[in-house]
Amino acid sequence: MPRSTLTGTRIRERRTVLGLRQAELARSVGISPSYLNLIEHNRRRIGGKLLVDLARLLEVEASALTEGAEAALLESLRDAAIGQVAALREVPRIEEFVGRFPGWAQLLADRHQRVAELERTVELLTDRMTHDPFLSASLHEVLSTVTAIRSTASILAETSDIDPEWQDRFHRNMYDESQRLAEGAQALVAYLDDSGGEAQVRSSPQEEVEAFLSAQGFHVAALERSLPPRIETLISASPELSSSPARDLARRHLERYLRDAKRMPLEAFAKAATAARMDPGVLAQQFGVDLGAVFRRLASLPEGRTDHPVGLVICDGSGTLTFRKPIEGVALPRFGAACPLWPLYQALSRPMAPMRAVIELSGRTPRSFLTYAICQPVQMAEFGGPQILEASMLFMPDTEATPEADVSPVGTSCRICARRECAARREPSILADGF
Amino acid sequence: MGKDVLLIEDEPNIIEAIRFILSRDGWSVYTHSDGQTAFDKVLQTRPDVIILDVMLPGKSGFDILRDIRADASTADLPVLMLTAKGQTKDRELATQIGVSQFMTKPFSNTDILASVRELAAS
Repeated sequence: MPRSTLTGTRIRERRTVLGLRQAELARSVGISPSYLNLIEHNRRRIGGKLLVDLARLLEVEASALTEGAEAALLESLRDAAIGQVAALREVPRIEEFVGRFPGWAQLLADRHQRVAELERTVELLTDRMTHDPFLSASLHEVLSTVTAIRSTASILAETSDIDPEWQDRFHRNMYDESQRLAEGAQALVAYLDDSGGEAQVRSSPQEEVEAFLSAQGFHVAALERSLPPRIETLISASPELSSSPARDLARRHLERYLRDAKRMPLEAFAKAATAARMDPGVLAQQFGVDLGAVFRRLASLPEGRTDHPVGLVICDGSGTLTFRKPIEGVALPRFGAACPLWPLYQALSRPMAPMRAVIELSGRTPRSFLTYAICQPVQMAEFGGPQILEASMLFMPDTEATPEADVSPVGTSCRICARRECAARREPSILADGF
Repeated sequence: MGKDVLLIEDEPNIIEAIRFILSRDGWSVYTHSDGQTAFDKVLQTRPDVIILDVMLPGKSGFDILRDIRADASTADLPVLMLTAKGQTKDRELATQIGVSQFMTKPFSNTDILASVRELAAS
């Protein structure tokens, strides 16, 4: 696999930060200073033992040198290039661009993300105008009233020989209808005023909840106390949750969080998790809870209480991701569905069958992750009612050097996936010609 | 020339106004406000012209129009449809089902009268 063309730049940066001299570092890894110089100027590709040695001396992970902090930025830029003929032609030189103009690259990526968010807002608003039952009912009411008033008024105005009894009756009808119109119009204005505030919501409710959880590392410390505060109090104190749908979603999530926390108290669970080497199956047995709950609990442990970072995705029966906790190296699609090869989706088609799989995410520096997945009913099914299923997938870096034959290759999302021969592909990749 | 109109509409004050206008023009006006039983009323009264609102409780005007067109004895009845939603897709749907004329609220009394006269004459 070709290494990133910016590896050298990162080595140089890191060396400077540590105050090491080029010659000194070169000697330590057994190469000539001039060769290191070529590497640092991205003129020589490096990998294997040399990379690992350099990373050790520079006190960083090898992947930090090859992938760097730009992984997300690159992903975002590749996404921005979709459908842009001229930009697509230059995708192979994307790293050069990021390396030479990091500021401009970041600006472009940010703008791209903002455009996607705004497009979604427009979609949401359009949806609301066409499908909002209140708006449609109010307008119908107003139009009906106006019709009655118009008809009645024109009778009164145009009929000269109208019977006094009828005249009275029509006057009364007009009065009633005008009252109704005034109320209807007021309700409409109040509604539009109200929703004006909500319309400023920049993203979807899911994203608000994610921002809220992400800000606290997906660990809600307040709910871990023996006397937790009311969930409502917690929600109203969170500025991230600005729209009412987001507050509803957050409430549902926190209620479940609280139930999980009660069944698996933090101290005992964190200790047991370390002892069980993060194996959810062992923990489920030990605490007498279902696997989905163990997944959620593992993903909610505070940073530092787990051996390595733990990510979690949850999807509903339609495959829509309803919860996303990313970890470094796993880019979760912001909108739309993920890679159909994810064990998450495999589990969805086999309810109640636990799955353990090691996956390798496609990318410049392919990385392996250990995943656990389970699909289970959200609640006890009622006879006759629909069965609501939910699949969860826990993922963490694979630390056991699983043999290649046992690793399933997967992607993130088709558009930015480089795997050419993929039976599960649903749309072409913009990286069709590879790296 | 036919003189019976059946008005299927659920807004009492609109009913009253239309009834007044048509009655003064010499029509006998029958009214009905429930969507579910509207078609039975059509069979019962056998009017010369039907004025049909789209938004009715129980059953939509489109469904009632479908029933009218599906029954051989009423298939040729002229139907004037009223709706508060003057959207093109409503108009298209009504035309497709076989509406004779289409009018959007708020309509003028003169237009209603002219339409009913025209439909009865055709």
